[in-house]
Amino acid sequence: MSHDETLKESLTRNGVSRRGFLKFCATAASIMALPPSMVPAIAAALESARRPSVIWLSFQECTGCAESLTRSHSPTVEGLIFDAISLDYQHTLQAAAGDAAEEAREEAMKENWGKYILVVDGSIPLGNPGYSTIAGISNLDMLKETAKGAAAIVAVGTCATFGGIPKANPNPTGAVSVSDIIKDKPIVNVSGCPPIPVVITGVLAHFLTFGTIPELDELGRPKVFYGNNIHDRCYRRPFYERGEFAETFDDEGAKKGWCLFKLGCKGPITYNACATAKWNEGTSFPIESGHGCLGCSEPNFWDMGGFYKALSQPAVDVSQTAAYALGAGAVAGLGIAALNRKKKADVATDHQTVTIHDLRRNDPSKTEAEDS
Amino acid sequence: MNSADFLLWVRGTGLQIATVIFVFGVVLRLFEILTLGHKKNLAVTRGSGFKEGFRNILTRSLPRDKNTLRRSMFTIVTGYVLHIGLFVVIFLLAPHISLFEGIFGFGWPSISTPIVDLFAVLTMIALLAILYHRLTNPVLKFLSTKQDYFVWALTFVPLITGYLSYHHLFLNYNWMLGIHILSVELLMIFLPFTKLSHAFTLFIARWYSGSMMGEKGVKS
Ligand code: SF4
Repeated sequence: MSHDETLKESLTRNGVSRRGFLKFCATAASIMALPPSMVPAIAAALESARRPSVIWLSFQECTGCAESLTRSHSPTVEGLIFDAISLDYQHTLQAAAGDAAEEAREEAMKENWGKYILVVDGSIPLGNPGYSTIAGISNLDMLKETAKGAAAIVAVGTCATFGGIPKANPNPTGAVSVSDIIKDKPIVNVSGCPPIPVVITGVLAHFLTFGTIPELDELGRPKVFYGNNIHDRCYRRPFYERGEFAETFDDEGAKKGWCLFKLGCKGPITYNACATAKWNEGTSFPIESGHGCLGCSEPNFWDMGGFYKALSQPAVDVSQTAAYALGAGAVAGLGIAALNRKKKADVATDHQTVTIHDLRRNDPSKTEAEDS
Repeated sequence: MNSADFLLWVRGTGLQIATVIFVFGVVLRLFEILTLGHKKNLAVTRGSGFKEGFRNILTRSLPRDKNTLRRSMFTIVTGYVLHIGLFVVIFLLAPHISLFEGIFGFGWPSISTPIVDLFAVLTMIALLAILYHRLTNPVLKFLSTKQDYFVWALTFVPLITGYLSYHHLFLNYNWMLGIHILSVELLMIFLPFTKLSHAFTLFIARWYSGSMMGEKGVKS
């Protein structure tokens, strides 16, 4: 498979017909949330698109993101798009190992300098470079080196986008996200733990088709996929409005499919495509299977106060703080009370009785004669 | 700071700070007031005054006097709408109840959200009317201090931001919710040290004046 081959050629070689190709374009349009009228334009763009080289670096991660992508049922648009790129380096998927693998990375970088897409999953430890290394190279060095020649970076998963679980309190490795380190390249944050497969491929499809990265939100996430709030799209929303909440996972409310807010659902603060794109070939999404949203596509989702604590509850222990403040307030109040009492007592002791005679005596306008 | 960090801060550290100042302030003020005591009553009392105190709490909370009602219709109506509305919005909205549950360890039933929403709107209308009245009535305007406008804003901002975040209007929900929580924290911080402390002192004061009247044999 050469990089000079166009996407169309590659798909044809893989036995994809013209009809199949247009279907692929239509699917690509729909995952990029583009109108069907865009399909011919996409087809034209893709027909001449060169298969871009993709280098995938995995740092402090669990391989869940790669699993999410590769375990999606085939044949799918995800699979097709994966055929459409040249994945030149990926620990989990590549056959080569050791030096051969590193050589493959270096070669791909040299050949496609300035043009390749860098995909990163996992966070980068800054505490000690030894926490995570590949072929003796620290994650930080490898990221910096590989990012230099990249056309764009796609941070896949919440670890790479926001630090994720490694960064969770107390962040033992000093983990940071890709965008904390790389400042001079376009970075697309595809967050989620793991991200929805179609979202990962949607970003790649966008890059393939338009050669640019999609429009991003304030957290660097593509708006087309992260523009919707889970709570806004949740089919349990009417129960929320009516104040009908499941109190436990097996009570009447849970059986009736009531809102999971009290069981810790973070849907109201989570932006992702789960409620619309769904998981497992469109089967369902977590709330549909009876579990509240964890908010996995948001920064700090691990530290939001607990997965099973309602969103409106404090993220920290306030009761104890309040108890201390109460004690301190009482002590200070008694202190002030003592001061006030002292003032009152002082006033009482300092009180001098004054006679009419005393007042007159001090008045110079009155003469002694008048006085007597 | 992104919206997620901001939200986490107001739900964590910010809330801690506000709670400390609020609880400390309220307890301090109450101790200060309650320990002042009152002058020894040298006259023979005409009753214990204890019961009269409670009677006064009740009677002063009801607009019984026709004349006052006629003269201060506006103040009474908006005052009632505002205070009942605040009660409903603060204590009967499901997410708020779960907040109290998280702090006190117990909760109570909520009412349906659109009803709370309606009360929120009525409360805001009442507050706006009160502000308009304050600005247009010459006597009231003359008597108003900067603090009066400040506490008005302290009360209004949590309402409007809560309303906007519930309806997902204007800002991204996370920012709006964060601002809503922050505005409540500001309210908590200033409440003990402004006129808003009447939330805690009002009934104490009413009981006190009622009991004084009771001791003097005056019907409250
Ligand atoms: S289950 Fe979660 S996302 Fe759905 S309505 Fe309830 S709180 Fe919102």
